[in-house]
Amino acid sequence: MSRLDVRKTYKLYIGGKFPRSESGRSYEVVSASGEFLANAAMGSRKDVRDAVVAARGALAGWAGATAYNRGQVLYRVAEVLEGRRAQFVDEVAASEGLTVRAAGAVVDAAIDRVVWYAGWTDKIAQVLGNLNPVAGPFFNVSAPEPTGVVGVLAPQGSSLLGLVSVVAPVIAAGNTAVVVTSAARPLPAVTFSEVLATSDVPGGVVNIVTAQTAEVATWLAAHRDVNAIDLTGVAGANGVDWAALEAEAAGNLKRVYRPALADGAPVEPDWNADPGLGRIRAFVETKTVWHPKGL
Amino acid sequence: MVTVSTTTRTAQDLTAQARDVLGVSRLTNHALTSWLHGLPGVDQVGCEARAASLGTRSVKTTSKAWAIDTAIGMIDLTTLEGSDTVGKVRSLCAKALVPDPLDPTTPRPAAICVYGDMVATAKAALGDSGIHVAAVATAFPSGRASMPVKLADTRDAVEAGADEIDMVIDRGAFLSGDYLTVFNQIAEVKQACGTAHLKVIMETGELVTYDNVRRASYLSMLAGGDFIKTSTGKVQPAATLPVTLIMLEAVRDWRDLTGTQVGVKPAGGIKTTKDAIKYLVMVSEIAGDDWLTPEWFRFGASSLLNDLILQRQKLATGAYSGADYVTID
Repeated sequence: MSRLDVRKTYKLYIGGKFPRSESGRSYEVVSASGEFLANAAMGSRKDVRDAVVAARGALAGWAGATAYNRGQVLYRVAEVLEGRRAQFVDEVAASEGLTVRAAGAVVDAAIDRVVWYAGWTDKIAQVLGNLNPVAGPFFNVSAPEPTGVVGVLAPQGSSLLGLVSVVAPVIAAGNTAVVVTSAARPLPAVTFSEVLATSDVPGGVVNIVTAQTAEVATWLAAHRDVNAIDLTGVAGANGVDWAALEAEAAGNLKRVYRPALADGAPVEPDWNADPGLGRIRAFVETKTVWHPKGL
Repeated sequence: MVTVSTTTRTAQDLTAQARDVLGVSRLTNHALTSWLHGLPGVDQVGCEARAASLGTRSVKTTSKAWAIDTAIGMIDLTTLEGSDTVGKVRSLCAKALVPDPLDPTTPRPAAICVYGDMVATAKAALGDSGIHVAAVATAFPSGRASMPVKLADTRDAVEAGADEIDMVIDRGAFLSGDYLTVFNQIAEVKQACGTAHLKVIMETGELVTYDNVRRASYLSMLAGGDFIKTSTGKVQPAATLPVTLIMLEAVRDWRDLTGTQVGVKPAGGIKTTKDAIKYLVMVSEIAGDDWLTPEWFRFGASSLLNDLILQRQKLATGAYSGADYVTID
């Protein structure tokens, strides 16, 4: 007797909980070759709004945590990722149409990427901060501080390595994130949210909304309580005008991380390249303090 | 601007009226008990289901805009902390005068609600704006003080210029069945209020049952309360939808019985626009649209105003707003 398939319907990840979409909608996720994989919640603008509220609530605690502590938490994320390696390999292979071997390399790279950013948390201040020479009896110190709540449009193509590469730098710097996943390949992101929920990341620090990018991106870009937006995921997204998103983002002077461009059109970057500090630098603000020198 | 009828009622008038309503020649605790316990019991399951179903209405676009402005106009903007300072009260008054500096069309709340010693400060800050000053009195929030102290507390606030007095009932007396004491205390405080409006706080979170909420509502109205108010905000649970539903039924039926309209004020725990709209739906459905004005329905709240303003900004700009665009307090 053949066993019935357990057809999963996944939910969102907001504020450390797994709620259904406020809209009650879901959509079918299919593999690269068109086979049914699972149902995912189709997030709406109100889910994005709720996610921003959760991210704002979590910001003080996460930004106030020591960099050392954030590094430990990120390393723990890498450990739990490693523990669920097989599941990620299956999902990446199905979502992206890779061989098991190629998918395994992608998952390994993703785990290594988290470890890499975990190592950076307590070194950001040394590299991006400075003791400035000034002509007066003052110490003049510049130090990077988290920008705040960051909206992240995760890449449409690279569903795990790309996702990790955009989320990890945001939270490594002490920001909280509202992530809109790849519309067509959301499953690795859903499983990643299960990893986050079981690895010491405080609820609300990362909120993951599976949604049609074009539908919710405008709301995220226009949201006055979001401090920065990463537009990486506009590359390959249907019906998204990234220049319009940047214009919306100007409403409250959000930091905007522009997508990589080739011939003027957004493209996905090479996720295997050395990430550099660009994504961390994009989501910190420099605070400079003058302090009188003692005698 | 909120208009409030000004009637001075002596405790004797109120007792005489109560005798009429009860149809007795002498107002005794026995008579009150018979009357209050003769009220129909509350169907707990039905009441909660009705309250929950009224909370599911979808109010959007122009209706939502109307509801937001109406709700702002019904707020008693409240600060009742031991740490209140003159500066804090002044800044709250400034907030009431200009709730949203980004949009001068934003309506003003109905009143500022403070402790009695802050009435003069609030009165001076609000000037002739028409925003009322409400003072909590009678040993708020516990109500545990002797009657002369409670009356002195009330007179003090009225002399300082309070337009409205929020008194607490003696829950201990109520729960031990000493309804006559509760009646007399409310009636005497009403007399001490003079022309000031009296809101009677029943502290429903301490009354245990819905039946008691209904009885306390009728007793408060019988004793001359101009408003019945759910809670002090210092006890959990504070205002809930089912409790407010019972109170709205009570004021509706009281007007049918006596011809006197009494207002309702849920207070405590109402923080979001969504909550406020649920209450407005309930007012319209249960009591009727006659109550849908600041004269007859108020919200006791502090953070609610900011959320209403954020929603108002969202409707005006089309983008979700954030805490950076409203005041902290």
